[in-house]
Amino acid sequence: MTATEPMTAPVPSFDDEDDGGRKLVLICSKGSLDMAYPGLVLANAALGEGIEVHIFFTFWGFEIINKKTMSDLKFVALGNPATHMPNAMMGLPGMTALSTKMMRKQIADLDIPEVPEFLDLIHESGGHLWACRMSADMMKLTEDDLYEGVEGIISATDFMELSEGAQTIFI
Amino acid sequence: MPVATMQGREIHVDEEGFLTDPSEWDEELAKQLAANIGLELTDRHFEVIRFARQDAAEQGETPTIRRMQAAGGFATKELFQLFPKKPAKKLSYVAGLQKPVGCV
Repeated sequence: MTATEPMTAPVPSFDDEDDGGRKLVLICSKGSLDMAYPGLVLANAALGEGIEVHIFFTFWGFEIINKKTMSDLKFVALGNPATHMPNAMMGLPGMTALSTKMMRKQIADLDIPEVPEFLDLIHESGGHLWACRMSADMMKLTEDDLYEGVEGIISATDFMELSEGAQTIFI
Repeated sequence: MPVATMQGREIHVDEEGFLTDPSEWDEELAKQLAANIGLELTDRHFEVIRFARQDAAEQGETPTIRRMQAAGGFATKELFQLFPKKPAKKLSYVAGLQKPVGCV
């Protein structure tokens, strides 16, 4: 084909007719800043692809949806070899605050929203947020303590039902 | 890079059909691109499209849905209504832009 030969333009396949029900379930079980983002980023990407998304927050993952803590997640560099920083130094007072501040800045520089705003984005995009019953009971938290977009506090059995047929990722 | 004929003129597109040169786009072409994917454009669609094109020209990259909301003030929910299921990709296709590369 030469560059000037007329052709019909290809049309991207957006798979509109494919309503095969691809479903993604993310289990967020960690409460640190660096472990909050993978789930949020994947959820948002999946929603943008028309995939049904459920996030199940359990154990330390409650930090992400607890109104008291969601804006203030921390990054702890101590014991994390990927930071390439000596533990003797990272264990000093103030180091967690410093490393958290640095990570927050890196995230903000990429124009990636902070956790509460990210949850808004996911909620408005149609993502479903769920909290774990056992964790809520352990931490003595009710729906009033959690981000408004959380649809309910559900049991492990409920979770089995909603995750049927889903691709499930544990974070 | 394929060259397609649309509306009686040559349009450069990539393998999937996204325009590779935004300057070859006009609003009449947008209507045809929208029809290709089963959309009928309203005035509101065009407001979104014009902002996306302006932002892409200024920033050098196609805005993501998050950027459309943060910088353009378009509610995420509304973008999903206007460009169902895959708003970022559909918007960029109709607006004559490449798919967004940003993760968020």
